Amino acid sequence: MAEKQTNQGQPEHVVIRFSGDSGDGMQLTGTLFSDTAAYTGHDLSTFPDFPAEIRAPQNTVAGVSGFQLHFGSTKIYNSGDLCDVLVAMNPAALKTNLKWAKKGATLLVDVDNFEPKALEKAGYSSNPLEDGSLSAYRVVKAPMRMLAREAVKDLGLDAKSADRTKNMFALGMLLYIFDKPLEHTYHFLEKKFAKKPVVAEANKKVLKAGFDYADTIEILRSKIHIPPARLPKGKYRNITGNIATAWGLMAASEKSGRPLFLGSYPITPATEILMELARHRNLGVKTFQAEDEIAGITSAIGASFAGSLAVTTTSGPGLSLKVEAMGLAVMTELPLVVVDVQRAGPSTGMPTKSEQSDLNMALFGRNGEAPMLIIAASSPADCFYAAFETAKLSLEHMTPAILLTDGYIGFGSEVFRIPRMADLPEITPPIAEPNSDFKPYRRDPKTLARKWALPGTEGLRHRIGGLEKTDVFGEVSTDPLNHEKMVKLRAEKVQRIAHVLPPQEIYGETEGELLIVSWGGTFGAVRNAVEECRKDGLNISHTHFRYINPLPLNTKDVLSKFKKVLVCELNNGQFVNYLRMNFPEIPYLQYNKIQGLPFTVTELCEKFEEFIK
Amino acid sequence: MMPGGNLMSNNHPQINNTIPKSPYPLSREDFISDQMVKWCPGCGDHAILSAVSKVFPEIGYKKENYVLVSGIGCSSRFPYYVNTYGFHGIHGRAMAIASGVKISNPSLSVWIITGDGDSMAIGGNHFIHLIRRNIDVNLLLFNNQIYGLTKGQYSPTSPLGAITKTSPYGTIEHPFTPGELVLGAQGTFFARGIDVQPKMLTDIMFEAARHDGTSVVEVLQNCVIFNDGAYDYIASREYRDERTIYLEHGQPMLFGANKNKGLRWNGSGLEVINLGENGWGINDVLIHDATNPDPGLHLSLAKMNWPEFPVAFGVIRAVKAPTYDDLMEEQIQRIKAQSPIKCMDDLLNSGDTWEVD
Ligand SMILES: Cc1ncc(C[n+]2csc(CCOP(=O)(O)OP(=O)(O)O)c2C)c(N)n1
Ligand code: SF4
Ligand SMILES: [Mg+2]
Repeated sequence: MAEKQTNQGQPEHVVIRFSGDSGDGMQLTGTLFSDTAAYTGHDLSTFPDFPAEIRAPQNTVAGVSGFQLHFGSTKIYNSGDLCDVLVAMNPAALKTNLKWAKKGATLLVDVDNFEPKALEKAGYSSNPLEDGSLSAYRVVKAPMRMLAREAVKDLGLDAKSADRTKNMFALGMLLYIFDKPLEHTYHFLEKKFAKKPVVAEANKKVLKAGFDYADTIEILRSKIHIPPARLPKGKYRNITGNIATAWGLMAASEKSGRPLFLGSYPITPATEILMELARHRNLGVKTFQAEDEIAGITSAIGASFAGSLAVTTTSGPGLSLKVEAMGLAVMTELPLVVVDVQRAGPSTGMPTKSEQSDLNMALFGRNGEAPMLIIAASSPADCFYAAFETAKLSLEHMTPAILLTDGYIGFGSEVFRIPRMADLPEITPPIAEPNSDFKPYRRDPKTLARKWALPGTEGLRHRIGGLEKTDVFGEVSTDPLNHEKMVKLRAEKVQRIAHVLPPQEIYGETEGELLIVSWGGTFGAVRNAVEECRKDGLNISHTHFRYINPLPLNTKDVLSKFKKVLVCELNNGQFVNYLRMNFPEIPYLQYNKIQGLPFTVTELCEKFEEFIK
Repeated sequence: MMPGGNLMSNNHPQINNTIPKSPYPLSREDFISDQMVKWCPGCGDHAILSAVSKVFPEIGYKKENYVLVSGIGCSSRFPYYVNTYGFHGIHGRAMAIASGVKISNPSLSVWIITGDGDSMAIGGNHFIHLIRRNIDVNLLLFNNQIYGLTKGQYSPTSPLGAITKTSPYGTIEHPFTPGELVLGAQGTFFARGIDVQPKMLTDIMFEAARHDGTSVVEVLQNCVIFNDGAYDYIASREYRDERTIYLEHGQPMLFGANKNKGLRWNGSGLEVINLGENGWGINDVLIHDATNPDPGLHLSLAKMNWPEFPVAFGVIRAVKAPTYDDLMEEQIQRIKAQSPIKCMDDLLNSGDTWEVD
């Protein structure tokens, strides 16, 4: 965090929060600053905070849109807790976002928007810039609107268009403060407004005006210079979790040679995966926007039967609808990837807020004994690898699988080192040879996977379905002992995947006082907090789970070497109960947050200290 | 039956599409599965099974390219009894499963087998959307006006007032006419047949296969156990000629034992006329045009019911429209040709990237 200073008194990493009215272009401003930060060598992580309403009334609290960026010269694990710099373009933005600012943070406000009407709409009875209520912060009152108008006055823009450039003023100021070049943004503006050179020119002028303004008013005694991070050599890009998920699936399709089919119904926060895959007809991706989630998954099951890498994407309420069909995929032992971008539930819950509360449904939410492979992605960039791996294991082991991500990592972005396709592992599904001696439920002795016989192949005509089938031959059967055998075979097949999983790793000592356990999208915050605490001399270790079912083979060994095991998760204790069920002898403790918000490093550190005492 | 009823020996027109044809003639034996057929003796499903195994060799696709997809119900056991690729799904979802099969591999001939509960109740939504998309699959709707497998509850096609196990005092629900739903969902093909007229069934099924787009074939099917005789009023030999009409494209709409009755458009609706009476002649009788894009008359024909009208059999509607699967393939080819991104490495390295050394 920013308190940790390098020897020149410069911070190692900084959190900036951009906030303004939905129309103020805060997402773009944040993204542009992030791009420049990335180009100048920082590691970074971002998270957008959209209003739930599409077009809330102007200047109201409901219409505030935010974007948080965490960047630095060290490894950046998440989008940060509280911000060091808060950009607030209007009173409503200040009102809703001040709680995310550190005490002593710099507040960059557009003073021109703090007019009586806007203050009233935001629910202020007096002007916070004048009533002394912000004395704990360093407030920079910049007349952004006025100076933006001034900067473009020769271009003949109407007032509205001129005012729309004021976000560039804020961006210019920030680029100055953090000692960043303007070129990247210039370049972007020229490209974006190639057909409207006047608009490009206006934005560039305002950007420069903001930059110069920051220089003249000497906001700071000196610029803040954060050195680049020591990232491994390679080519990089920024990526959000949802895009990474889509790309990971496409990469698995290319590697396996199985065409990609997505059956899906739009739902926040998973829709972006459908939208992204729909763009990629260029790579042969077939997306089918179904009439509901049930058609989404069942069309995917049909596509899987026909030989595609079949995927369905959704969030909690949609996963509920897919339950029966997941059982069908278990019974027919077909590969299928179900992506659940978790959000706060139950029911419609809080669609734009994140949670880890679908774990129980993923593990247990089906009729009958219906285990599935479950993998949880750790971070936005990890969504790529988690999706790739889920698809690989599903295809090679002939089992449906669930990939759990969440709204926080789905919408969040991270620096992503671009892999080379040649470096990714091969994917070899067990496709039956034409005219071979095929039996629908004959299994590979090692993996227990059955063979995949694709319609159209000579000599392999067969029937499968949701009714229980005889071992090997696949005939409809209600034979009691056969059923018991098949239930156990299906479970064992999923368990055997553990043999190809990497062992569960420990960060820190492999035994000791307190082991911190996390899973899925909380990796960044938890690892960050563990690192902070270890720097402060706390004797704690961390283990993070990506493989949920089956668990890595050494899980018990890892857990049993500690006096206390603290399981942190964004739900009411689903993973800790799963561990309790599997390894009851471990002394578990739990820390649960169920507020639709990610963990903050600060609160985690406090908890760790509390539990070690 | 002719052994090895082959490509030469039927008088159907040629099928032209991209589904691979069998290099050698097939016979019904090629499609008989080794499974014991477990429907009740006398169930109408047997006749439909027989019609399918007769028509598949006549259609002439490679036997490996047929895929049968069903939901749940007595009727949905069908795929086990046909030696093709088969998928027995879950209740109501055959339409969606089959959509995925066909979109995934358009060179397959996909046949949906579904009941009146499966497609009109739990799967009603998938049914209309399948049709709206015009995915090139064939759907055989076994309409016995009852839930057979669950032992006799009323279905969305049971007539108002039907006494069943869940309507001991008679249903108080208005039934669906499947054809109305098909046309309401912009269906491009709708035909109706009946289990007791197997020749008509195979002819209709062949036409369904020949049609590009979603072909819905409603088969009136007798459930001997829970709804026996539901169609006796039109199916039995004594009534059949007078109470049903077989519609053939390009032919006048005539019925009756002596073909002395016809259907006429009276300006606002259909009307039954007796030829030779009141001055009516053959020129007053409508000529069936299954290819008319306007669904108005097709709807009136699909809705006809005795006693006011004869019940219509045959291909009521078969119009050309682009299919979903063709549009998908075309779009992929077009976008592939335009895009500079040819593989994942291209995509991963596209847009804003930077090097760290
Ligand atoms: C989700 C679900 N709900 C209910 C059932 C029970 N069920 C099985 S078949 C059926 C009705 C079948 O009627 P229909 O589709 O007309 O087929 P038929 O047996 O008449 O051929 C019902 C309600 C089921 N299998 N699955
Ligand atoms: S219950 Fe009815 S529909 Fe089912 S098999 Fe028997 S006769 Fe046929
Ligand atoms: Mg029925």
